[in-house]
Amino acid sequence: MKRFLLILTLLLVTTAMLAAPLRVAFIYVAPIGDGGWSFMHNQGRLYLEKVFGSDIVTDFIENVPEGAEGESVFRGYAQRGYDLVFGTSFGYMDSMVKVSKSFPKTTFMHCSGYQVTDNLGTYFGRMYEPRFLSGLVAGAMTKTNIIGYVAAFPIPEVIRGINAFAMGVQYVNPQAKVHVVWSNTWFDPAREKEAAVSLLDIGADVIAQHQDSPAPQQAAEDRGVYSIGYNSDMSAFAPKAFLAAPVWNWGPYYEKIVRSVMDGTWTNAQYWGGINDGAVDIVLSDLVPSGVAKLVMSMRNAIVKGDMHPFVGPIYDQAGNLKYAEGEIPSDGDLLSMDWFINNVVGKIQ
Amino acid sequence: MKIRIEKRLEIPRYAGIIVPVISVAVALLIMGIILLVFFVGRLGNLSSAFRETVEAYKEMLTWPFANRYGLFSTFMRMVPLAFVALGLSFAYRMKIWNIGGEGQLYMGAMVSTWGALFLFKDVKSPLIMIVLLSIVGAAAGAAWALIPALMKAFARTDEIVVTLMLNYVAIFWVDYLVYGPWKDPKGYGFPGTAPFPDQARLPSFFDDEFHIGVFIALAVAVLLQYIYRKTGWGFNSQIVGDNLLAARYSGINVRNYTIIALVVSGAIAGLGGAVQMMGVQHRLQHGFSPGYGYTAIIVAWLAKLNPLAILLVSFLFGGLLVGNDQLQMFYKLPMALISVFQGLVLFCLLGGEAVSKYRLAIVKEVPENE
Repeated sequence: MKRFLLILTLLLVTTAMLAAPLRVAFIYVAPIGDGGWSFMHNQGRLYLEKVFGSDIVTDFIENVPEGAEGESVFRGYAQRGYDLVFGTSFGYMDSMVKVSKSFPKTTFMHCSGYQVTDNLGTYFGRMYEPRFLSGLVAGAMTKTNIIGYVAAFPIPEVIRGINAFAMGVQYVNPQAKVHVVWSNTWFDPAREKEAAVSLLDIGADVIAQHQDSPAPQQAAEDRGVYSIGYNSDMSAFAPKAFLAAPVWNWGPYYEKIVRSVMDGTWTNAQYWGGINDGAVDIVLSDLVPSGVAKLVMSMRNAIVKGDMHPFVGPIYDQAGNLKYAEGEIPSDGDLLSMDWFINNVVGKIQ
Repeated sequence: MKIRIEKRLEIPRYAGIIVPVISVAVALLIMGIILLVFFVGRLGNLSSAFRETVEAYKEMLTWPFANRYGLFSTFMRMVPLAFVALGLSFAYRMKIWNIGGEGQLYMGAMVSTWGALFLFKDVKSPLIMIVLLSIVGAAAGAAWALIPALMKAFARTDEIVVTLMLNYVAIFWVDYLVYGPWKDPKGYGFPGTAPFPDQARLPSFFDDEFHIGVFIALAVAVLLQYIYRKTGWGFNSQIVGDNLLAARYSGINVRNYTIIALVVSGAIAGLGGAVQMMGVQHRLQHGFSPGYGYTAIIVAWLAKLNPLAILLVSFLFGGLLVGNDQLQMFYKLPMALISVFQGLVLFCLLGGEAVSKYRLAIVKEVPENE
């Protein structure tokens, strides 16, 4: 044991003297082959390897359960002297708070959480911006005015996404309703497909989703209707259905964080980046008519410039209560803890 | 000429140790070849691939058992496995197949959370709190197992199906609570209960990495060993398991034994849920168990239902899980390969078991009318 520690210190000292590459670890909650959430974080990691080359070493572990098991993984990386550790799921919060206190020399970054410590910061993207834009597409393309939304879990992030999407739908098509079904999964193709089918059965002709699997896209393609994806460009999975997807793009943000750790300017700020930062964006397929695409892109530019916000009052909840008056915009705090649906959403928050 | 599988008449005593050891060695060997091929693909030449394979193996086998931090991680994974497996052994001895360890674990965790956050929130003494939470956790697991027990005892339903289905019900209950009424009011609407107060946490040491749950598991194992070996219950339950008819003729009330076996089984798993909450989780959240209740079935079976062997096997299994994490964390091995490895270990252990119990016999066919 003592000898091990001695070797470890020697190793640390020599590596420090050689200006060793920054060691960065990523912890993913799902397999990186999921084509969704974890896949996009891993794309960010690969982007780092490309940008920094030999100045950086990255490692990762996939499918790490949230809870106590996650904690031993965070501890394992910190123990080996990794400089920067990214935890990419909400459920790692307690573990990261605890481990960050034990290892002050390691910088921790937690995606989608809200607790910080001296060496733990949080980051997330304003996904509601591209969600709103994808809502414009859905609202313009529906003929039955029934839009299906396969929702993941009843948490603020998902609810905010549904509301932003519904705001977009409402903007172009006040008659259309967004019907929500919960799958209570992040990645379970069979169940997510079933949920999509239940929406198709009530006449939905556009299917949107919040999970990592492309199963809802495929369900829409099977019925010959349209779909809105999530996370990444899912057109390959449903070429005749896929219209658009709000997507993550972590690379540039990860680059910024790595640079700040390298030059010692990192702070434990809570980062929430939008389209203007490049953290999130929308992709459109060729199936979107040019008129609709033009509208979406001009709205996108307005959001980037700050002239437009997806949530602008008047906004009513499902019971018809006025939540935000004419021209009013919810605060970040309100957005981060959203637990109600707007008036054109059909469904209940479980 | 025919080939027939027949039962070995005599199994040498040392087979119980030697066969699993050889089985694991075979699994390691096969996996070594797979790893070698994998690393050749990545590194391009055989000698560096060989070095990498040896390094990876060393990492996988030493970190979980010979390094302080790895050892703590191993203990952490061992504890829930051990509790559920100990519980299962109690029912399996009577050939009552409780597949509901996962649900009983969830129920124990759920009700102990209720105790910690609501029911006993005015209790300030850690000792009283921990005892109370252990009791309500065990009671919850017992109550959850009582359902299939009564159904089996009085309606002859199949306990495998009922206990399995109740797992999903238990998980849905926990989900309902953590996404709904028990959601942490200070949690910005995110799922999960409020954290446990300090007095509801098990004493822990070494920078909070090691909690006393392992000693509680040890105590339960010793108690079970005593019950199995030295008490009338132990003897009678063995008879029920070995020969139900004989048990009936000898006047054992099989119905009562069935009910008690499942209830105690559930109680131990429920206690495990409470310990997991008080020891490491400190708050109830969705999916807090990555299937410990199912892995424990394998653990109980590999340990041949012997309580002390269960502790050993769950320790080794915990180490296997931790070691496999290391392979992913530092050698960039894909998760799928890790699953293959875990499958290989089980496959070889099962195969070894079969080989030690049965043998192939070549039978010469004898003409019929002779």
